[in-house]
Amino acid sequence: MSAILEKYFTTEVDNVKVWFKAAPVAKFPENGGACVKYKDKQIAVFNFTREGKWYACQNLCPHKMEMVLSRGMIGDDCGTPKVACPLHKKTFSLDSGENLNGDLDAIAVYPVKIEDGFVFLGFAE
Amino acid sequence: MKTILVIGNGMVGYKFCEKFVAQATASEFKLTVFGEEPRPAYDRVHLSEYFGDQDAERLSMAPRSWYEENGVELITNERVTDIHRANKTITTISDATYSYDYLVLATGSSAFVPPIPGVEKEGVFVYRTIEDLDATLAYAAKLKAEGGTKKAAILGGGLLGLEAGKAILDMDLEAAVVEFAPRLMPRQLDGDASKVLQGKLEDLGIDILLNKGTQQIVGEGAISGMDFGNGDVLDVGMLLVSAGIRPRDELAKTCGLEVGTRGGIVVTNDMKTSDEAIFAIGECALLNQMIYGLVAPGYDMAGVAVAQIMEEEAMMPTAIDMSTKLKLSGIDVASFGDALNEKSEGESIVYENKFQGIYKKIIVSNDGKSLLGGILVGDASDYNMLHQIYLNGMAIPENPEDLILGSRGGESASMGSVLDLPDAAVVCSCESITKGQICCKVEEGIDNLKDLAADTKATTGCGGCKPMVTDILNESLKASGKVVKETICEHFDYSRQELFDLITMKGYTSYDEVLDGHGKGNGCEICKPALASLFASIYNETANKQEVIQDSNDRFLANIQRNGTYSVVPRVAGGEITPKQLIAIGEIAAKYDLYTKITGGQRIDMFGARLDELPKIWKDLIEEGFESGHAYGKSLRTVKSCVGSTWCRYGMDESVSFAIEVENRYKGIRSPHKFKGGVSGCIRECAEARCKDFGMIAVDGGWNLYVAGNGGANPKHAELLAEQIDNETVVKYIDRFLMYYIKTALPLQRTAAWLDKLEGGIEYLKDVVINDSLGICEDLDKEMAGLINTYKCEWKEAIENIEIQNRYSHFVNSDEIDKNLNFVPLREQKMPELWEA
Ligand code: SRM
Ligand SMILES: Cc1cc2nc3c(=O)[nH]c(=O)nc-3n(C[C@H](O)[C@H](O)[C@H](O)COP(=O)(O)OP(=O)(O)OC[C@H]3O[C@@H](n4cnc5c(N)ncnc54)[C@H](O)[C@@H]3O)c2cc1C
Ligand code: SF4
Ligand code: FES
Repeated sequence: MSAILEKYFTTEVDNVKVWFKAAPVAKFPENGGACVKYKDKQIAVFNFTREGKWYACQNLCPHKMEMVLSRGMIGDDCGTPKVACPLHKKTFSLDSGENLNGDLDAIAVYPVKIEDGFVFLGFAE
Repeated sequence: MKTILVIGNGMVGYKFCEKFVAQATASEFKLTVFGEEPRPAYDRVHLSEYFGDQDAERLSMAPRSWYEENGVELITNERVTDIHRANKTITTISDATYSYDYLVLATGSSAFVPPIPGVEKEGVFVYRTIEDLDATLAYAAKLKAEGGTKKAAILGGGLLGLEAGKAILDMDLEAAVVEFAPRLMPRQLDGDASKVLQGKLEDLGIDILLNKGTQQIVGEGAISGMDFGNGDVLDVGMLLVSAGIRPRDELAKTCGLEVGTRGGIVVTNDMKTSDEAIFAIGECALLNQMIYGLVAPGYDMAGVAVAQIMEEEAMMPTAIDMSTKLKLSGIDVASFGDALNEKSEGESIVYENKFQGIYKKIIVSNDGKSLLGGILVGDASDYNMLHQIYLNGMAIPENPEDLILGSRGGESASMGSVLDLPDAAVVCSCESITKGQICCKVEEGIDNLKDLAADTKATTGCGGCKPMVTDILNESLKASGKVVKETICEHFDYSRQELFDLITMKGYTSYDEVLDGHGKGNGCEICKPALASLFASIYNETANKQEVIQDSNDRFLANIQRNGTYSVVPRVAGGEITPKQLIAIGEIAAKYDLYTKITGGQRIDMFGARLDELPKIWKDLIEEGFESGHAYGKSLRTVKSCVGSTWCRYGMDESVSFAIEVENRYKGIRSPHKFKGGVSGCIRECAEARCKDFGMIAVDGGWNLYVAGNGGANPKHAELLAEQIDNETVVKYIDRFLMYYIKTALPLQRTAAWLDKLEGGIEYLKDVVINDSLGICEDLDKEMAGLINTYKCEWKEAIENIEIQNRYSHFVNSDEIDKNLNFVPLREQKMPELWEA
């Protein structure tokens, strides 16, 4: 179980070695999410149109270890952008990955950039 | 800097840390805590919940990071083995030595296991730690797998034993509670109360054996039975011992601290032991010759010890409240004060209703002026208020029986308002929060329970005080002229009904418009689906249109399952299905390897569909003439029918035909919560119509129409709206009832809860939908007709639209399927792999 978790760790922009060209912007619903496959990882990517920002995090919910976060709903908690897991509504900050309504471990978050109409995700490996 | 060492990181040891770090002078001390268990302190009071979800994290009092952030050193998995008082040091199991200025013993207690021959056998467990529960669960699974006896016994019929009994039942084993005394909960209940409780437990399926002394545990290696002597043997495969607690005073004993004759570290009411530098708190402490086996007094002790160390005045009160409420879902039992009138200072008043299984008893002082204690079984809704009246010595009504019977006639309410409580009344005993403190917080500007809980910690312990704290909060808000408004979340200062009006008046068509115009921030998982439901109710738009604001199930038009796959439920109106349709469902389920099951709603559910398979499955189903069953939506689910006069010899009318007609009429309509219907052909009520949001029962001369019932967590029978009416009138009244509900209910409020809160109740509702007292029936009729006439199957819409279908791929950049999905075989079918603990 933890083996699958260990694949995911928060990556800062400064540590990005690979900018992975994921998919065209139009593939992602406005104010919603979709899942990107990168090597053996699943990454949830959110097009937070209301904020004019993009966010990426692991697709794996640390609560019950299911690959579902990309199907969760996004919003904000007193200004912190968040995603709510579709299974039990645990919420996670899209900025820091922190679990906002419980004591779960933080999820890994990744940098996103948009170039030429494409979504790029930053990885350290 | 002085050093404090705490031995024991249980509930009370943790509370000591929490109260310690809140002190201004905390930085003058170094605090180190030793815990023998592998994890940081957790909520033992709610331990039984672990059986349900095996989520240890949820029980945690605070994560490890909390200790770090507050400068508390926490060393778990480390038992302290010796205290050397002469040089003020301790040693631990790994031979490490620490010195202290103050030592706090919070070692709690262990489960008492009576010395019955054979009790060491395999399959005998206690009920105290998460590890105990893991071991119990594993053994229960083994018992079930082996297919032998499925009976498990609980030794001890006290509070904990009964909780354990329910836990055993929930594990799918048969449960028998074995008690030595002639009654259950002997310390809290009298014989009659015990009998009523026994009936309730037996209804749940728990066997109760009283007056049983266990002579021997029998079995080869593992337990196979309990021998009560004289050939009386109970066959069991497992035993949970819950026969009381023993304070863990072994450390205190070996270092020469004074301990009680029957165990427990002797303390005075400043929580000091016989050594000035050593404190004992919680379940290991013997205060007033008593071990207090509850958290609330333990928390108070922690507070006193912190204060003493900080050289402040603080003492334990002389009278310590031991009132308790059993926390078994569905069974109300509470006892407070001198419930058994052991002090003989008063007389009792008893109300017993054997039909409903209710027993209430209060002990009233001889002068008739104060309440000394009481017992409530079957209905403990007044517990909080009665408990407060007792604790605060408040005046009681002239006829004290009003306290349990309610005031019969006359103006005055028997119980008074929560605002009559004295300010000093401790409302949340776990956190020692008084009514006065709550009112103060309201004056300071707190206006909701969440903020109040965050600020004061009230309600965060056992949670038993929640109803009363909420009442005090709301009543003081009202008293201070603040309107208590049911706003939907932090993003909108409006109620659902106000938003309904705003959207219709201004003609808004998208969530963003409403948020920009009347809200703040970027929304959340509460307001988005609530508004999605409003758009659906106003314009009958399907969930496909604004898919990102739909609740997770609506977004993909399917219910998400444990492993992230989905279920598929086609509509089977009224439960009527042709052989050809049955074959079609069978073939489609086989084609996609889906698990199939007949649901409680008279239709067929197919489970285990991957996201990417959903449109394909639905395409096949629609080709066979099926349509969405809206099993995922807050919308009409099913209208259950019985076979009725078409076949049944008692049938008074065609219930199936009518059920199909109304199911098709209301299908697809979105509402604040799901709603269900039922139609029975006669008063034998085989369709359980009275458990539904609307239900019809055929009687001589037409239908009786019932509304606002439900099963589920809080079952409620529907109430009679009209009698002996014809089909057309039934439909007219349901139209209006539903539309009125859709327009005025709170988000996720079912019809029963809505009617409950509707001032005037069912009589008022009759006035509105039958007599048109508000003059809105024409509108309601029109709005309902609008919804019915614009129905479309949203799955048909989805499979005809390539853009919508594209939402169903697992990855946006690959056609691969999710490789993390694992199924295991189950009977002839399959199921998702179990979740790990
Ligand atoms: C499949 C089914 C159980 C079964 O195997 O029989 C079921 C399954 C679920 N029920 Fe149910 N309920 C099912 C009949 C019932 C019934 C019986 C009935 O309808 O006669 C009840 C009690 C009657 C009632 O609702 O008044 C029932 C009371 C609930 C409740 C509690 C509602 C309440 O007001 O307390 C929930 C929770 C909720 O809706 O918030 C719930 C929620 C759920 C959910 C949707 C939970 C979820 O979000 O995953 C389950 C998933 C369904 C799925 O994946 O398709 N289910 N559920 C039944 C589907 C009926 C159908 O054909 O659509
Ligand atoms: C199933 C269950 C249900 C309950 N329900 C209720 C309820 O509804 N209401 C209520 O008020 N109370 C209830 N209780 C009782 C409540 O849990 C206890 O009163 C409370 O946990 C006592 O806290 P404590 O810190 O004194 O002891 P504990 O929680 O037992 O903590 C003591 C800790 O100290 C550790 N320890 C002991 N010796 C050493 C040592 N030498 N070195 C290091 N560590 C040591 C132990 O391992 C343990 O972790 C319930 C208890 C159980 C088991
Ligand atoms: S009762 Fe309903 S919600 Fe609960 S497990 Fe069964 S199907 Fe799921
Ligand atoms: S699996 Fe995500 S909240 Fe439970």
